[in-house]
Amino acid sequence: MANPKKTPEQKEYEKLEKKHEVKRPIWRNCLTAFWVGGLFCVVGQAITYFYIYFFNFTEKTASNPTVATMIFLSMVLTGFGIYDHIGQFAGAGSAVPVTGFGNAVISAAIEHRTEGFVLGVGSNMFKLAGSVILFGVFSAFVVSLVKTILSYWGG
Amino acid sequence: MRKGKQTWEFENEPAIIATGVTGGPFEARGRLAEDFDILHDDLWIKEQSYEKAHQRLIEEAVQAALEKAGLRKEDIHFFIAGDLINQLSPTNFAARTYGIPYFGIFSACATSMEGLALAANILNHGNAEYIVTGAASHNGAVERQFRYPTEYGGQKPPTAQWTVTGAGFAVLSSKRANYPNEPVVSRATIGKVIDMGMNDPFNMGGAMAPAAAETIFAHFQDTGLDPAYYDLIVTGDLGKIGRSTALELLEKKGIKLAEKQFQDCGLLIYREDQPVQAGASGAASSATVIYGHLLKLMKKGAIQRMLCVATGALLSPLTVQQKETIPCIAHAVAIEMKPGRMH
Repeated sequence: MANPKKTPEQKEYEKLEKKHEVKRPIWRNCLTAFWVGGLFCVVGQAITYFYIYFFNFTEKTASNPTVATMIFLSMVLTGFGIYDHIGQFAGAGSAVPVTGFGNAVISAAIEHRTEGFVLGVGSNMFKLAGSVILFGVFSAFVVSLVKTILSYWGG
Repeated sequence: MRKGKQTWEFENEPAIIATGVTGGPFEARGRLAEDFDILHDDLWIKEQSYEKAHQRLIEEAVQAALEKAGLRKEDIHFFIAGDLINQLSPTNFAARTYGIPYFGIFSACATSMEGLALAANILNHGNAEYIVTGAASHNGAVERQFRYPTEYGGQKPPTAQWTVTGAGFAVLSSKRANYPNEPVVSRATIGKVIDMGMNDPFNMGGAMAPAAAETIFAHFQDTGLDPAYYDLIVTGDLGKIGRSTALELLEKKGIKLAEKQFQDCGLLIYREDQPVQAGASGAASSATVIYGHLLKLMKKGAIQRMLCVATGALLSPLTVQQKETIPCIAHAVAIEMKPGRMH
């Protein structure tokens, strides 16, 4: 049985243990996540402008190559063992942007290279990112369903 | 001889005649680098996988211990060891290399002291002359089995601990008279599984502290010794949070220990500026620090009697995902210097 009710003894211990526990520095984490995440976006914005001014992209079409470039950068940083240190420092700041998604995919791919390309890299690459894809697609489906129904009613 | 409920007294005093300790790059930058026999500057140790590197750490530690003892593998009667990887494969594979009759054991990070207790018991009763025992862990191999890929950028909370890459092995002998100046194993207390309902795999120290306190308490109950009898009571990998929690639990049970008398291997091995959060963990934490650093201190005369309490969190990645709580265990072994007493 998972998670049966805690006994009084266990509850008492939990209280005692909490006193010794080092709390997550939430405010510091939020602040760092905010400015590092923001920094990632500034880099992304710079890349978007780069594609708009030097290549034939519009503000709309530039987002695809921008995302690809950001993921490529994240891949390089992961491969050189830098991204996990950024992650420890920045937390959500480096996990939420698309680079965090890239890191989740590429780190799993690197990790399972030792089990070969098919059973290792192939079947483990989306070990972490798989649920992001699944629930991302599913929520997109739900949202678009709602939108379709509403616009049908709205005529 | 059994004493009390769960303690063995080893009246024939099996001796720890030599040890071998290996480590990885992170340990090489640590505080106790000098106490390792072999340190590698690469986590892969030039092998094809982390698991093979893990196996190499074990093989080299055993080899170093055998060389120092002046023994060949044929002289050893039993090999008692374990690690944290599924089915103990690194240790099993190392046992294949050595071809010594083998017990594979698992108590998570308490494996080192489980092995030492069993080895001492077998030797004490004349069922072997030489035994090699120890434990190992590899940061990369353990992280990827229990947590995330090594390069994944998830943020670890301040309660998390860093898995030690290394192996610590000891050669024990029943021929105490031949080794009058070596430390002996004098008693051991076997712990029971304690579950205080903690379920955060990023706070193992907090989960394991009650098991450590319980075993230490049982040890003094069974033996009737005064806590001041030991110069040092050292836990395996409680880390900052677990250590201070255990200290308070012990005080509540009426065992008052001085701050300096109660140490933790997981806090000794690395430097303050290494990013290990709450301290070190892993089966190699107690094995490398006890068999490397602390036994050296004993031989120098800095410690006469110590109680080594290795703590283990008996969780698996599956039980964590299934929201189970973390059962924990601790085994205590007393190591003493008793020079001059001949049999």
